[in-house]
Amino acid sequence: MAQDSGTRTLISHAQLRRGRGKVIYWTLLAVVVVVFTLVFLGPLYWMVTGALKSGQEIAQTPPTLFPKDPQPQNYVDAWHNLDLAKLLFNTFYYAAGAVAFQLVFDTAAAYSLSKLRPVFGNAILGLMLTTLMIPAMVLIVPQYVTVIDLPILHLNLLDSPFAIWLPLVANAFNIFLLKRFFDSIPEDLMAAALMDGATPLRTLWSIILPMSRPILGVVSIFAVTAVWKDFLWPKLVMPHPETRTVSVGIYAFSGGTPMNVVVAASVIAAIPTVIVFLIFQRNIMSGLTTGSLKG
Amino acid sequence: MTLTTLPGATRKPGRPPAPPGPLPTGLGRKVRDNLTGHAFLIGAVLCFVVFSWYPMIRGVVMSFQRTRRGETTWVGWDNYARIIDDPSFWTAWKNTFYFTVLALVLGYAVPFFVAILLNEFRHAKGYLRILVYLPVMLPPASALFLFKYYAYDPSEAGLFNAILKALHLPTSQWMQSPEMTMPAMVIASTWMNMGSAVLIYLAALQNIPGELYEAAELDGAGIWRRIRHVTIPQTRLILALLAMLQIVATMQLFIEPLILANGAGAQDSATSVAYLIYQHGFFQNDLNGAAALGVIMLVVLAGFSAVYVRLTAKQD
Repeated sequence: MAQDSGTRTLISHAQLRRGRGKVIYWTLLAVVVVVFTLVFLGPLYWMVTGALKSGQEIAQTPPTLFPKDPQPQNYVDAWHNLDLAKLLFNTFYYAAGAVAFQLVFDTAAAYSLSKLRPVFGNAILGLMLTTLMIPAMVLIVPQYVTVIDLPILHLNLLDSPFAIWLPLVANAFNIFLLKRFFDSIPEDLMAAALMDGATPLRTLWSIILPMSRPILGVVSIFAVTAVWKDFLWPKLVMPHPETRTVSVGIYAFSGGTPMNVVVAASVIAAIPTVIVFLIFQRNIMSGLTTGSLKG
Repeated sequence: MTLTTLPGATRKPGRPPAPPGPLPTGLGRKVRDNLTGHAFLIGAVLCFVVFSWYPMIRGVVMSFQRTRRGETTWVGWDNYARIIDDPSFWTAWKNTFYFTVLALVLGYAVPFFVAILLNEFRHAKGYLRILVYLPVMLPPASALFLFKYYAYDPSEAGLFNAILKALHLPTSQWMQSPEMTMPAMVIASTWMNMGSAVLIYLAALQNIPGELYEAAELDGAGIWRRIRHVTIPQTRLILALLAMLQIVATMQLFIEPLILANGAGAQDSATSVAYLIYQHGFFQNDLNGAAALGVIMLVVLAGFSAVYVRLTAKQD
């Protein structure tokens, strides 16, 4: 017990290290590792290899564990028939823009709310946070009506990337995350910068932002995955085949395309987010837990 | 309501420290500082105004109007009456509640126990955590096509039926069978989404002081009693918060019926309220009816929130 640096949990470490406890611990661990691998990785294996099977093989009973006669042609067909290059490019473009817009506007807003604190700042923050309680589905119709005919300007944003970028800026969760991070930066630094005659913009750029890289990373990753995973909103505001996102494009083609090709396209569509996750999993997990709640 | 547990949200910031040195003082400076502050806020605030706050009001206004051939008139409660008269209305609510309840049973208890289990392991922690969260990162459309074509294939060539057959259990028609439609959608949805809940619970579990378990053990409490009397009370706030968030999320059930069940599903067994909003708004050219349905959904969820606030306030 004494040498344990980790905190004590439900079952004491000592108990897990002695005879029966040790056996149970290792058996349970092995079972959980196997079961979790089957449950969470198994379907992905099935998806990747299933899309390599021929139409006949996929309809065979019992199903085969390995493709007998791998058909990479399914992936090639998916790439060409669905024009996945175009769809992936669109999605990347929307994701990159979403990151840029959210970083600029949400960071500026959080900085103002945390450090500059203008009058009504708290009221504005409160109004922003109330939007967290409004389910997206409730707003979908009035938002759509607003986007096809912007108030005052009377612009129609259909098929324009701004229809994806701008609504994403209105993200209270990001602003809250950033504000909380900025709150933890000591006021002394601000005061010192002020004394040196730095403008608020200069302070943000040279002092606050360099210290905030971890949280900026988290916000960027969330922005990318939000765009990549979103379905209904891009389906509504990007109706033209040329402007579709990858999920919407696959859905649009799923009706008249062989199912193995649809699944092959789904695999390709999932690769970018899986890679982002494997590279940034630490940031994602810390952002998810520190951001939302503590006690 | 979710905000009361978030530290920092309600904290009143102190006044910024008075800048040292001979700086311009008085009203002019105050006005200038405030203008600067608002200049930094304006971009985000404009986006909130146009895409969030204004649509909230507009949704309510639209639900009392009717637009025909470009002419908008006030029609009182007509849209609500029309929406409620639609026979799909009650089916959709029944299905949505059924999904919410099933998802609470499966998608709420399972992640909590998975988190408790993972928290006990000293090995393979990172690997298990990555596994659980991996499906969360897939685009939902991709994951759902996998379920639709490979897992829920009603013949014995489907993954789930092949497993059931190998275990000598009866196979199922999955999405073709009205009884299995909802459980099948809940399984797919839980698989896709449980990762975030597991990670949030894990973080909460790590904040429980070890002495509490030690004391309970000294008092002779077994594992189950330690879970009941230490783990659950210590994570109560997060358990309650995630229950609320999950109800809000599952009430918006949309993409699962759209992809797995082609919308309505066998004998309307998959129609959800969100799907009905989509149908009315974008296929039946009835944006006003869809707005009314949205307002009804908001009222129902507000009702849930009120109950939630009541229950959590009582416990404190």
